[in-house]
Amino acid sequence: MKPTPSSHWQDRDFPAAAREVLEDSQTRSNVRHATNVIQAKRDAVTGELPDWEPLRDAGAAIRAHSLAHLDYYLVQFEQACTRAGGQVHWARDAAEANQIILGLIQRHHVDEVLKIKTMTSEEVGLNPYLEANGIRAHETDLAELIVQLGKDKPSHFVVPALHKNRMQVREIFQREMHLPELGERPEDLAAAARSYLREKFFRLKVAVSGANFLIAENGAVCIVESEGNGRMCLTLPDVLISLVGIEKVLPRFRDLEVFLQTLPRSATGERMNPYNSIWTGVQQGDGPQEFHVVLLDNRRSPILGDAESRQTLQCIRCGACLNACPVYHQTGGHAYESVYAGPIGAILTPQLHSMEEGRSLPYASSLCGACYEVCPVKINIPEVLIHLRGKVVEEDQKTLSGRFGMWNLGMQTAAFLFASASRLSLAQSLGRVAQKLVVNKEGMIEHLPLLLSGWTQTRDLRPLPEQSFREWWAERTLQTDAARTDSGAGGQATGRGSSHGE
Amino acid sequence: MESNFGARNAILGAIRSALGETQSAERIAAEYAALPRGYKRHGTLPEQERLRLFQHRLEEYGAGVRRVASDAIGDGIRDEIAGRLAARGCKRLVIPYGLPKGWLPAGFDFEPYGGNGETGVSLGPTALNRMDGVLTGCTVAIAETGSIVLQSGEQQGARALTLAPDYHLCVVFAEQVVETVPESFARLDATSCLPTTFVSGPSATADIEMTRIKGVHGPRFLDVLLVG
Repeated sequence: MKPTPSSHWQDRDFPAAAREVLEDSQTRSNVRHATNVIQAKRDAVTGELPDWEPLRDAGAAIRAHSLAHLDYYLVQFEQACTRAGGQVHWARDAAEANQIILGLIQRHHVDEVLKIKTMTSEEVGLNPYLEANGIRAHETDLAELIVQLGKDKPSHFVVPALHKNRMQVREIFQREMHLPELGERPEDLAAAARSYLREKFFRLKVAVSGANFLIAENGAVCIVESEGNGRMCLTLPDVLISLVGIEKVLPRFRDLEVFLQTLPRSATGERMNPYNSIWTGVQQGDGPQEFHVVLLDNRRSPILGDAESRQTLQCIRCGACLNACPVYHQTGGHAYESVYAGPIGAILTPQLHSMEEGRSLPYASSLCGACYEVCPVKINIPEVLIHLRGKVVEEDQKTLSGRFGMWNLGMQTAAFLFASASRLSLAQSLGRVAQKLVVNKEGMIEHLPLLLSGWTQTRDLRPLPEQSFREWWAERTLQTDAARTDSGAGGQATGRGSSHGE
Repeated sequence: MESNFGARNAILGAIRSALGETQSAERIAAEYAALPRGYKRHGTLPEQERLRLFQHRLEEYGAGVRRVASDAIGDGIRDEIAGRLAARGCKRLVIPYGLPKGWLPAGFDFEPYGGNGETGVSLGPTALNRMDGVLTGCTVAIAETGSIVLQSGEQQGARALTLAPDYHLCVVFAEQVVETVPESFARLDATSCLPTTFVSGPSATADIEMTRIKGVHGPRFLDVLLVG
């Protein structure tokens, strides 16, 4: 068996990757347009529901409950799904998931499979792995098709090609589908995708999907989609393989009554997306007669053990936090250099990599809280971001280079100075002398040196004032005391009088 | 060996050690029963308003809706079906094998699908694709979201039926229309293991510049006959 190609995302830190995107005005305008449109639609359809907040409360509580008893519900799902004719597989990590899926495909001697958009398969790098083993996976979601044919990467997990406009999509389709005459209207482009894929839907025997929800009580799987490509893949092939993160389980079928309200409204700003499919195992005479669920851990289980960040796994992948985030709005998804972008990506990615990758992501936020406000399952993303920043620092301090690095030494020094009034005042006096070197003619500081230079990268700084607040207060107290001593008993009488109203 | 017990036990073990103590099934059930459910679980609209809302929401998705008076059941439905099919230029339709024969007007070809060999045939996707359309009933419909819910069976057929043909005509009775999503789940709960499809308008995408375009892979045209 060939090894899994490592993630095709590079490992640059967020500021470096963001800088590149910020120079691409076309991408920025595409991202801005798309996120503005979804945001406005989302606000309208969530605002019209008088029970939106109770729905969020219920959604958060159901997800938290499912996670708190995840082992119980997963076993229940496994039993119910198996009883209904499905086969359940367990994958500890990406490599194991890929091997299981490849093995299942190879049993049917095919070299092409259908794919429904699944971020989980992106997470494990399934497509390149299959490719390396001689199997071509055809993405069937319009946006994923654009990304695949354009040899690009998804930038949003609901609308993966939102960084491309119609002209760019046309170019890709003209080239890859050999359609030189193709028009640029979205209708033309969708029609091209329809005819390109239709023959594949009818011909191919094996499909790979993700899932939005698993239902423990009856072993059902639920997929929410728009185009019908999902239904094609779930219904027409002989064999269906669904790769699903272990966290996606819900206790009961009726819990969907909450999420099928909150997910579509949050994700695409629609009251309901065109199609939701729910099926249980194998149904004679309807749909694939061989059905597999591959349950993927891939470092999700350790997240359960962290009380503060466990809520990360409540996520239902609606993408509302991406659209609401002022940082994502500017940079788009690629700057995160991760399968999962935006605020949720900033907390999920580093944890899925045991804090070894994506360490700059918890800092890719202004902590404004817009993500928390729109989250349909109330994940307190800012809280988790701060928690993870703490972890990044703690981990850093364990290494020699981290301990003696500029940041740590600078912060330790700051802690030492701020811990004592006299040390702070001494530092301020020294600062007042030293800053003479950097204050410009207008009386502002344009560039701070060394470690502090980041602070003045995008803003000017006011210099330290001649007098600190403490100094001013001490001086004022001295003067008042002197005045009180001068006026004698009269001052005290006034003091009593002023407290009369209490 | 089909599933790898090593991985299964390792994952369940990792989850248990991360979560700490495990609870009894009774405790978990009690905790589940106490989860907050403060959202709207029952509709409040009178019937005619509920039906108008359903019609309006469907039309917003670009579906066609025709109202049929409930006293016209029988000939009324059949005539309306004939009218819709003629208007859409459909001649050959596939139908689930259990669809009431009284719905079927003369002058069109209806191909019953599914069941055993006597009740209907089984068509491959390519043959289904060549059909002009499909005619079905539904299990329940939701006014607030403009959704019809289909469950695999006699009157709604296998899922491929309402997928490959380009036109779907669905007959919905007033008493099948509930106001809210939770009410629809209350009705679906008993048959929750059947393959279930929520259809809210014709197939659509907003993947290109967030412009909603009708008709990608599923039926590009959806009409609903609302009876009552």
